[in-house]
Amino acid sequence: MVAQKFNKGTYLEWYRSMLLQRRFEERAGMLYGQQKIRGFCHLYIGQEAVSAGMMSALKPEDKIITAYRDHGLGLARGMNSRECMAELYGKRTGSSKGKGGSMHFFSKEKNFMGGHGIVGAQIPMGAGIAFAEKYNETGAVCATMFGDGAARQGALHEAFNMAMTWKLPVIFICENNYYAMGTSVERTSNVDEIYKLGYAFEMPAEPVNGMVVEEVHQAMAAAAERGRKGEGPTFLEIRTYRYKGHSMSDPQKYRTKKEVEEYKDMDPLITVKAHILKKKYANAKWFETLEQEIKAEVDDAVEFAENSPFPEADELFEDVYVQEDYPFLS
Amino acid sequence: MREAIREAMSEEMRRDERVFLMGEEVAEYNGAYKVSQGMLDEFGEKRVIDTPIAELGFAGIGVGAAMNGLRPIVEFMTWNFALLASDQIINSAAKMLQMSGGQYGCPIVFRGPNGTAGQLAATHSNSYEYMYAHVPGLKVISISNPYDAKGLMKSAIRDEDPVVFMESEVMYSDMGEVPEEEYLIPIGVADVKRAGSDVTIVAWNKMMKVALEAAAELAKEGIEAEVIDLRTIRPMDYDTVINSVKKTNRLIIVEEAPPFSAISSELSHVVQFRAFDHLDYPVMRINGADTPVAYAPTLVEAYLPKVSEVVKAAKGSLYR
Repeated sequence: MVAQKFNKGTYLEWYRSMLLQRRFEERAGMLYGQQKIRGFCHLYIGQEAVSAGMMSALKPEDKIITAYRDHGLGLARGMNSRECMAELYGKRTGSSKGKGGSMHFFSKEKNFMGGHGIVGAQIPMGAGIAFAEKYNETGAVCATMFGDGAARQGALHEAFNMAMTWKLPVIFICENNYYAMGTSVERTSNVDEIYKLGYAFEMPAEPVNGMVVEEVHQAMAAAAERGRKGEGPTFLEIRTYRYKGHSMSDPQKYRTKKEVEEYKDMDPLITVKAHILKKKYANAKWFETLEQEIKAEVDDAVEFAENSPFPEADELFEDVYVQEDYPFLS
Repeated sequence: MREAIREAMSEEMRRDERVFLMGEEVAEYNGAYKVSQGMLDEFGEKRVIDTPIAELGFAGIGVGAAMNGLRPIVEFMTWNFALLASDQIINSAAKMLQMSGGQYGCPIVFRGPNGTAGQLAATHSNSYEYMYAHVPGLKVISISNPYDAKGLMKSAIRDEDPVVFMESEVMYSDMGEVPEEEYLIPIGVADVKRAGSDVTIVAWNKMMKVALEAAAELAKEGIEAEVIDLRTIRPMDYDTVINSVKKTNRLIIVEEAPPFSAISSELSHVVQFRAFDHLDYPVMRINGADTPVAYAPTLVEAYLPKVSEVVKAAKGSLYR
């Protein structure tokens, strides 16, 4: 890939975004241990270069839809830490009023269209979101994200086929972290280079190094450009790695500690920081201040969530139907 | 009937640019059952869209389009095929508003024929009102005549919530009066099709034919049945049924689906709970058999609710 130059502002924003995601989720993991956060909780830690590189390549009017590993993406898209933490707590001040939880972050304001819990269900939905953009001739695209596990769902093939047939402005992004829960990619298919699935539909497709934020940005920008020009979908297999288990209760017996440590050596927070220092975009003091600011932001989010009320029982009957006087049975 | 549904869709598409129709064979073939005949010519391929045979995929595309500001009508060639799409209907469309804390709704109509239609054997003959009506977040309509079909389809398209709309292959050629002027029928309101004071018979979709025939038979013997067409399954118009039961003190429910966990089970419970003192006889129901539908004509006949069974139940409730 032709190296593209990125400016100081972009690097500093990438680092800020990735550090916020990392620190927010480290805290979320701790709070899960304290049973402040319940249900399922899938951490994004290790994959932050994907979200950071994506967001810098997209426009505010573009749409994003993803699976249940959604905290990092929501934060990277600009959802605020307070509404995100409150949602993890199940509080009414949360982004989904405490009704969605970890797996269902949504922000209409930020065009972040979930947070979806059924593996692969968001793939045709993302094509449908893009369908509406094309129908309304907006020039916006929809980034439709899923994991390597979802790449084996039939929904992917149906959505790829129609998106290509109708030239929908969608970017399909497989965040390949190599494990569908505990089952490695090569154990789920004869085709272990996932991007090649796009070739069945003659869809432009390529692998991307998801540990390198610059590469993610460039691939996304090129795919978005294709979509905006009416040239249809692109499929990016972004190869990344999650340091934590699939969810909080995962003993991770399917991989070695050595493998995890090898990926941590490529950690995008380390490499981006090194680049910033080398280029003298910022000094050690800046990093120290940023750490403190982000710690304060996460502390504030936790305090906000702690102090927020749970939804009242009768709020269960709100947001089920748009119709306000729907006659629920009792 | 097919013209009534087509008129409803076409009128709404003329009225609202956001409405479009997608499904298998809806455009160039003019509809597998000719419901959408001529619509491609009028609205063009942008708004009348042939899909590949991929129910899960195009239902999901419909859901995404609805979340993002459009108002899709998604046609299934039959509701039997929509089982493949049920994840998108039940998990995505029905729950989107709640999961997003009210941020994203899903104004979409899923429509197509439902139930038996001749000798189509086990996989093509099922009635799925009970399944979708079980799901909070959905509204379920099941129509029996052209007038209701048009008025309810227009309401369904304008509704902000996801609507499941059930028709019948064997009723598409049915004829009925439909007014020239525009009209809408509210969702959630049943219709008393025949007034009577001796026994109440409730049905919907093509079981209305069985109910009305049974009422005609009963009339010959001096028994006046009140026949109610539910029209909307969810939300159900219990009040209309209960008001009738308060008058007749007897209720027979006719349902094409098998009896276990059926719509008739639900209605029976509510009626015994809310009108216990008014019942002079246990609530009776005539359902399809507790089996898959089979191919042979004798077995289809054996499966389906029959006029004679309804007549017998009604007379039994009157101790006659």
